[in-house]
This record gives sequence, C-alpha cells and structure tokens, in this order.
Amino acid sequence: METVKKHFFSDLAVMLGRSMRHISRSMDTIITVCITPIAMMLLFVYVFGGAIQTGSDNYVNYLLPGILLIAIASSISYTAYRLFLDKQRGIIERFHSMPISRSAVLWGHVITSVVSNIISIIVIILVALMMGFRSSSGVLPWLAVAGILVLFTLALTWVAAIAGLSAKSVEGASAFSYPLIFLPFISSAFVPTNSMPTVVRVFAENQPVTSIVEAIRALMSGQPMGNDIWVALAWCIGIMLVAYVFAMKAYKKRI
Amino acid sequence: MKEIAIQVKALQKSYKQHQVLKDVNLEVEKGSIFALLGSNGAGKTTVVKILSTLLQPDSGSITVNGFDVTLSPDHVRQAISLTGQFAAVDEILTGRENLIMIAKLRYLQNPRQVADDLLRRFGLTEAADRKASTYSGGMRRRLDIALSLVGKPQIVFLDEPTTGLDPEARIEVWKMVKELAAGGTTIFLTTQYLEEAEQLADRIAILHEGRIIAGGTLSELKKLFPQAKVEYVEKQLSLEEIFLAIIGKKEAI
Repeated sequence: METVKKHFFSDLAVMLGRSMRHISRSMDTIITVCITPIAMMLLFVYVFGGAIQTGSDNYVNYLLPGILLIAIASSISYTAYRLFLDKQRGIIERFHSMPISRSAVLWGHVITSVVSNIISIIVIILVALMMGFRSSSGVLPWLAVAGILVLFTLALTWVAAIAGLSAKSVEGASAFSYPLIFLPFISSAFVPTNSMPTVVRVFAENQPVTSIVEAIRALMSGQPMGNDIWVALAWCIGIMLVAYVFAMKAYKKRI
Repeated sequence: MKEIAIQVKALQKSYKQHQVLKDVNLEVEKGSIFALLGSNGAGKTTVVKILSTLLQPDSGSITVNGFDVTLSPDHVRQAISLTGQFAAVDEILTGRENLIMIAKLRYLQNPRQVADDLLRRFGLTEAADRKASTYSGGMRRRLDIALSLVGKPQIVFLDEPTTGLDPEARIEVWKMVKELAAGGTTIFLTTQYLEEAEQLADRIAILHEGRIIAGGTLSELKKLFPQAKVEYVEKQLSLEEIFLAIIGKKEAI
C-alpha cells in the first residue's frame, strides 16, 4: 500500500514559527529569564564580590559561566509550561489527528527553547561586557562555548519536556526547575570549591554544573581545560539522551 | 448502493481494570449526520478518539474512509478532522494565524486564501487579526470548527460541539453542521443533548454501559417503543423520553 508522505521539516518549521510567535508575543518571558541572572550578577559582583577570593582579578569573568547556566535552567520551565498547556487545551490532539509528523510537535518546542535561550544569553553577555567582562579567546573557543551551552539547553529542555508532558497541573509543570536553578550555587560557579566543607565539596566537584562551568570558564579565558570539557560533554549528552528517551515515552503515552 | 464512511465492529476498550467499551458496533453512511448519544462518562469521547486515531482499540475492526485505523492511521488522518470537547485553538495566535498554521500543516497551496475564505464563512473576518484569547466562547467554537474544515476533510468528528455554549451560539453551530452535511461531508457527532441529536442527526445511536443499545433514524427509534402511552399522550414522544426510557432512567439527567 502506498504510504502517506511525511514532511518532518516543513511541519517542524510551522511548529517553530508558532512557538516563536508565542515567545515574541510574551517578551516578558525572555525578560523574566534575563532579569534574575542579571540581578544576581550585579549582586555578586558589586556586593559580595569584594569578599570573595577566586584567585582571578576579574570576578565578572569568573562568575559569567554560572550565571548563564542559571539563566538556562530557569528558562526551560517555560517549555514545560507551554507543553503542558498544549496538552491540556487539546491542541496536541488536534495536531495528532492530522497526517503530520508527530515528533515535529515536540521538536518545535525544543528548538524554540534553544532559540529563546540564545537570545537571553546574548542579552546577559552584553550586560556582562558593560560590567567589565573581557575575553581574550578567539572564534573557535567561543564556538565551543556556544556548543556546550546549546547542548546544556537541549539536555535540560528534554528534562522539561518530561515534566510538561506528565504534570497534572501548571504548578507541577514548572516546579521541577527550582532544584536545577540551585545546582550552580553548590558548584564552583560563584566560589572555588576548596573553601567548602568536605561533604559539600565532594558533591560540588562531582556534579555536572562544576565541570560545565570550569570548561566554559577555561574556554572564555584561553586557559588549558584538562578533562573538564570531556566530563562536561559527557554530562550534557548523557542527560540529554536519558531525558529524550523518557520524554518520548511520556509523549507516546499521551497519544 | 450506499457508501459506508465509518464502520465499527466489536470494538472493545479498557482503561486498566475499567472496561469502557464492551462491544460497540456501528455504521455511518457517507454524507450523513450521525449522532452518538450517551450520558457523561458513557464512553463517547473514547469512541471518537479511537475513530480519529488518537487511541488504540483493544480489539475490534474499525475502518474510516475505507482504511483500518490501526493499520493505516495516516490514511485515516488525511480524510478526517477532529473538533474536540474543548476548543483547541491557539489562544496566543490570531484567528487568521490559527487557520494559516493548520492550512500549512495540511500542505495546502494557498494558506492565506484558505484562511480568508473560512474567516468570511464563519463570520470572523472582523476578528481575524485579534488574538483568539479575546474571542467569546461562541467565536472560539466557530474558529475551532473552521480549523477543522481546513483542507475540506471528508469526515468531520465533533465531540460535544455545543457543550458550554449559550443557546444562540448553539443554534449557530447547528446551522454550520447542517450546511456541512448538505455539502456532502460526513459528520460524526457526540452529544448529551437529546434535542441536538433530534435536530441534526440522520441516524442516532445510543451508547450505554459500553454498548450501542439502540440505533436508527429518529422515527425508527420512535417505533421501537410500544404504543402503550397512546391513549393519553397526543404529542409525539420526544427523543428525550425515548432515551431515558431505553437506558432505564425515570428521572431527567
């Protein structure tokens, strides 16, 4: 029997156009995503910064990678929220009763999350530049930074997809991101780990945020990276794959 | 020979322990309006979801537009559209954008033109560039049904299309359904309003406790009934009375 032709990419383009409209019509989501990390950056640099010994003379340079991760971790709750609403309002059902690629519906949300995070990261980096952030690195290290940030966004967005698809309420769909926002605090994002008590230190040094922060920091400042980049990549890709499998499972269960 | 748009044989569906559909059999003729009647929780939505390929049946043979829903769901999806119980419109997009989006997903040649035509037909031209979140319940329902007609599907499923609408909006929806059927579209609707089935449907089936316990045209359903009350009832039996008597309830719902 002849099969029905699927147009994954053209479906994806429509889905993407749809959620980008959602974002541009609720710019408050991008502003909210940017404001907290920027406020934290101001607080840490101009209030606490003087008392923090990081061994680098420019605390903004030290701080920025962690701030970017916090921005990403707080933005993905919007993906969960939007997915939850689509599910609850029957829009996913409408799409699924049409001869379109089903996974395009989910991918549309995921790529939208990546695009909106790129926008907010650029805004935050611009603010950091005004606060004295400087990088001596060239194009390649910066591309690597962008790559890690996109991977980190993808990994967390798929986690958000699980939450959005399986939540029973709006609150449930977005509450999962709070612990994620906290992870950077118990890492080397704000202060070096060697000042922490042993138990906290062991946790801090072995959780994903530390290796990701260290890798980005090294790339931005042109320092040697050691193993951090590989550990960081392993964490991002590992989380992404596991979350993807569970998100797809949750998605198929809803159909 | 009459053509069959939807055929359901021995359909069963359970959610975990709970058997919702025990043995559902029905046939819908092409170009007709078919109403599936039942109380809340009778399983009407489950039937619609299975027919529109959103849910897998446990067993039974179900063909829609000549295609098996489990074996070739994509062929079924090309022929149908679904208007669910809650108006599934994108509230952040405008009415026009909603229509263009669906037209693109159906790979139509001229999405803008399709949107304009439907906006005009459903009296939404003035509201076309407003966000759907600003629409009234009736307008939202009209947009919802308009979205279902993008690409002229041969079979349209309407799951409780008038639930939650005021009487005026309800009559509007009825008018639309009649026009659609007049244009040759097959319509499968579920409702808990008996008057709705009486007004619209060519054939009616009553779903109760997982089975179709009665089906036919309104006059056939009326004939099913013994003429016992003839002596003191001069008016015709309303469908409501037939329905309640058949499922064994004496009180109104």
